[in-house]
Amino acid sequence: MFHIYCPYCEELREEEEFHPKGQAHIERPKDPEACSDEEWGDYLFFRDNPRGIHHELWVHAVGCRKFFNITRNTVTYDILETYKMGEQPRVTAESLASQQTQGNVQVASGGQQTVGASSAAAEAIKGEQA
Amino acid sequence: MSKSLKQPNRLREGGRIDRSRKLSFTFNGQRYQGHAGDTLASALLANGVDIVNRSFKYSRPRGIVAAGAEEPNALVQLGSSEAAQVPNVRATQQALFEGLVARSTNGWPSVQRDLMGMVGKLSGSLMPPGFYYKTFMAPASMWMTYEKYIRKGAGLGRSPMEPDPDIYDHLHQHCDLLVVGAGPAGLAAALTAARSGARVILCDEQEEMGGSLLDSRELLDHQPAAQWAARVLEELAGLDNVTLLARTTANGYHDHHFVTLHERRTEHLGETAAVKGGYRPARSRMHRVRAGQVILATGAHERPLVYANNDVPGNLLAGAVSTYIRRYGVVPGNKLVLSTSNDHAYRAALDWQDAGREVVAIVDARLSPSGDLVEQARERGIRIIEGSAVLEAKGGSRVSAARVAAIDIGAFKVTGQAETLACDTIASSGGYSPVIHLASHTGARPTWNEEILGFVPGLVKGVHAAGSAHGVHDLGEGLADGVAVAARALEALGVSARAVELPQVDARREGLACALYQVPHEKPTLRAPKQFVDLQNDVTAAAIEIATREGFESIEHVKRYTAMGFGTDQGKLGNINGMAIAARCLGRSIPEVGTTVFRPNYTPVTFGAIAGRHCRELFDPERYTALHQWHVEHGAEFEDVGQWKRPWYFPQTVNGKQETMHEAVARECLAVREKVGILDASTLGKIDIQGPDAREFLNRVYTNKWLKLEVGRVRYGLMCKDDGMLMDDGTTSCLGENHFLMTTTTGGAAGVLEWLELWHQTEWPELQVYFTSVTDHWATMTVTGPEARKLLAEVTDIDLARDQFKFMDWREGTVAGVPARVFRISFTGELAYEINVQANYAMHVWKTLFEHGDKYGLTPYGTETMHVLRAEKGFIIAGQDSDGSVTPEDLGMQWAVGYDKPFSWIGKRSLSRSDTRRSDRKQLVGLKPKDPTVVLEEGAQIVFDPEHAIPMPMVGHVTSSYYSPTLGGGFALAVVKGGHQRMGETVYLPMADGKTHAAEIVGTIFYDPKGERQNV
Repeated sequence: MFHIYCPYCEELREEEEFHPKGQAHIERPKDPEACSDEEWGDYLFFRDNPRGIHHELWVHAVGCRKFFNITRNTVTYDILETYKMGEQPRVTAESLASQQTQGNVQVASGGQQTVGASSAAAEAIKGEQA
Repeated sequence: MSKSLKQPNRLREGGRIDRSRKLSFTFNGQRYQGHAGDTLASALLANGVDIVNRSFKYSRPRGIVAAGAEEPNALVQLGSSEAAQVPNVRATQQALFEGLVARSTNGWPSVQRDLMGMVGKLSGSLMPPGFYYKTFMAPASMWMTYEKYIRKGAGLGRSPMEPDPDIYDHLHQHCDLLVVGAGPAGLAAALTAARSGARVILCDEQEEMGGSLLDSRELLDHQPAAQWAARVLEELAGLDNVTLLARTTANGYHDHHFVTLHERRTEHLGETAAVKGGYRPARSRMHRVRAGQVILATGAHERPLVYANNDVPGNLLAGAVSTYIRRYGVVPGNKLVLSTSNDHAYRAALDWQDAGREVVAIVDARLSPSGDLVEQARERGIRIIEGSAVLEAKGGSRVSAARVAAIDIGAFKVTGQAETLACDTIASSGGYSPVIHLASHTGARPTWNEEILGFVPGLVKGVHAAGSAHGVHDLGEGLADGVAVAARALEALGVSARAVELPQVDARREGLACALYQVPHEKPTLRAPKQFVDLQNDVTAAAIEIATREGFESIEHVKRYTAMGFGTDQGKLGNINGMAIAARCLGRSIPEVGTTVFRPNYTPVTFGAIAGRHCRELFDPERYTALHQWHVEHGAEFEDVGQWKRPWYFPQTVNGKQETMHEAVARECLAVREKVGILDASTLGKIDIQGPDAREFLNRVYTNKWLKLEVGRVRYGLMCKDDGMLMDDGTTSCLGENHFLMTTTTGGAAGVLEWLELWHQTEWPELQVYFTSVTDHWATMTVTGPEARKLLAEVTDIDLARDQFKFMDWREGTVAGVPARVFRISFTGELAYEINVQANYAMHVWKTLFEHGDKYGLTPYGTETMHVLRAEKGFIIAGQDSDGSVTPEDLGMQWAVGYDKPFSWIGKRSLSRSDTRRSDRKQLVGLKPKDPTVVLEEGAQIVFDPEHAIPMPMVGHVTSSYYSPTLGGGFALAVVKGGHQRMGETVYLPMADGKTHAAEIVGTIFYDPKGERQNV
């Protein structure tokens, strides 16, 4: 169960107080009528399903009722930041990738069913990701 | 030392039991005696009970193997009464109490003379590896047959058939540092953190804290190690910043350092918690801990060696033998053969000899072992057979001998002539596997450490391992490790660690262990007697070999194919051996093969502890309207609508007989159509919307137009998602230029509020508008029927004249002397007034209406009548007649769609998608059964051609269907492909009973199509 920092309440609260609302930063087209069926369909139905960094919209449903965004690692479930509506994430897959090449941050490689492979195998998987 | 008479294996002295307190207990109907401080397992061993169960698959007799959570065999069913039944308790973890009643979970009719045993060989050949997999591939009907057979044979325990008399609590805890395990490393870590001022929780699953210190042969500060443990625990108990939780298992490690601890409060005292002073204490507690940092000092499980017939009672773990002798004063046999790959296990032989029993031999797989413990054994003159191992145990219901021979581990071969040693106990040790379960729950990968021949836990940020849990098995090093790890955790917390003086440990020389898992046999594995890997699931080395031969190369596949590590065991004892065997068969190394995933819970948790107080009336809250008590007093039957209890219908007693629902609903319907009825509509969702942009906001979230709605007027609106599908409907009233009251469906209230907030906060934050739920603040009473105006006129100061208070108007005034808002909207098709008053005035108003209503035939009606009446009018219920795939156009409600509104409101663009423009979409129509006595089944599938070969193309289904007393027959609403163009056509509804109903497609309005009755 997640421990989520509500950027409005400025407190860590239990996941039970929140509802997830899917991928963040999905902007409704300004002029829907000008969209082709395909463009409109993309907006309605297509979402990312990344392995790693994901920006998600959540709502503090039984708290302050405010919507906000979470940057979460879908592999480790680490929440890297939460930020208010209208703000941009500080942590992104790109920003982490550039840090990784500098050797600062280790991107966890988990999520597979079989764990305990040798460190060499783990390195190989990391190599695939990179 | 010699035997006590009643308990043949009990030593006269020693152990941590209280000899002054005798406890009697019953196992499989037989009465025995033990002592306070015993576990059920130690008491059974003291009494010389060899067979405690029959095995899962082969029905072989099984005895106690271990002394803790890793015990695979001694699963018992506890409870003297039906309500107190607890399945699958490990006898090694159950403290003995007076009057304890336990049975083997398996063994039919008894473990001693097991009928299943006779078919054991048969069932064994019936259940080869991959049995489950292969059976699931077979027809499902065969599985049903197998399943009964397996259940009966396997006896996985059973649930109580009566309610649990006990109560269970949930506690929410926060701490800086959670230390799991109160052995040497855990105690050292907790002491360091506690003295440094951190808030610490220390938990330990055993009856007594101290872990291996409780049965250690080693001295700390020249005193028994248990004394140091007692001193530390005493200090910790006196500190305000420390919470000690004994008998508390950390069962699950969840996200973000959320750990569930299961504390058993009374299970060591009796089968149910004893009532004291009219108060029943909680039987157990679930601590839901959020920790800043976590130290896993969970120790290690000893690995047994895998040799032939290693499951015969009398085969034990070496460490368990020491524990039973030193902690419980029980020596589980007379003549011991120890088979080991390491020095540490020599303790078992030394303890055995100290207990005055014979050590036949120590069989060491290593050549020239030389550690201090080995030297001690040599000095005592114990025979040590080097480079050898026990190949096979002999005996049926108890070990009678061990066959021992020299082996070549690398070549996996027996190299010497086997010697048979008469004995009744074989203790084995193949090394120590760190208990990595909790760390694995976090998803972190364990890694193989060749030095300690075990997996060490992978650790996510904030989690630390200490002591044996990451392979630091030496006592002195483990203590130091606890302090060092605590210092690291404290640093992460920003707390400066205070130094802790550690007790002095005598230096000990320990030889290197060798890597031995499966012991070779003269015969190949597939032909040798069974060599068990997972005792609980009856998985043998041969089964793993077969699995690899059949092409299962991934350890996860091998697990599923053989069932290794399944069930309550979760691979505690057998997993590493199984992996080692798979690795040998596949010609790979253990780290290449990897380990399977351990999942919560570490040991089984009773459902009561998971449910806590969230049961019975607290399972799910019930919501009552302000008028609930009146409904109860007037005999209402209730219907659940979301969490609300709504009156369903009000059966009356007619001629001494209570009406059926059908009769009551018919009477209520006619009362509304002919006189006047009243409905408690308080559960409708109500959202107060205010702000200068409220009107614009409504215009965007509803499909229809709102800009010109005047103060005092009401409008019905449809709400779609942006995919154009109907989400909810309701009326919204203009209370003031910047003030509206929206109603939603009863079930949709919370969702609609969140929906409005979503659009406001994420897309249109520039709009100034505010939403407040006022559902509970207002009670709503619908007075409807031809006499409604006359009745209401008697109790209100509002001018009800037809031209003054028109249909779809609302007015403010008083009703029964109470401030009220009255809305002239109709869900019945009759003249109707919805009276809203402050909820706490509702009962007064309701009763006043009845005082005046008698002469008009005022009749209370419930949701069923409401449904019939609205369906007769073709009024939809969102969520019943629509299901998330239905557009307003599919419902034929184009009249409520503002196609020319300037803002592209939510859902508009989707109505022109190619999919929503299809002419063969399912569309809402009315259905009139050809036989008027037929009431179609809701959900029934519709076909065009009943003569079509099966499977017939299904073209729609019935969404609402009722008997109408007004129409004198059944009628229905349904969705039918292209239905709007099929008026007058006949469709068919094939039913499960073989009958096929015919119905005509008609319009959705069955009654008063022009809407004159609501407009009078």
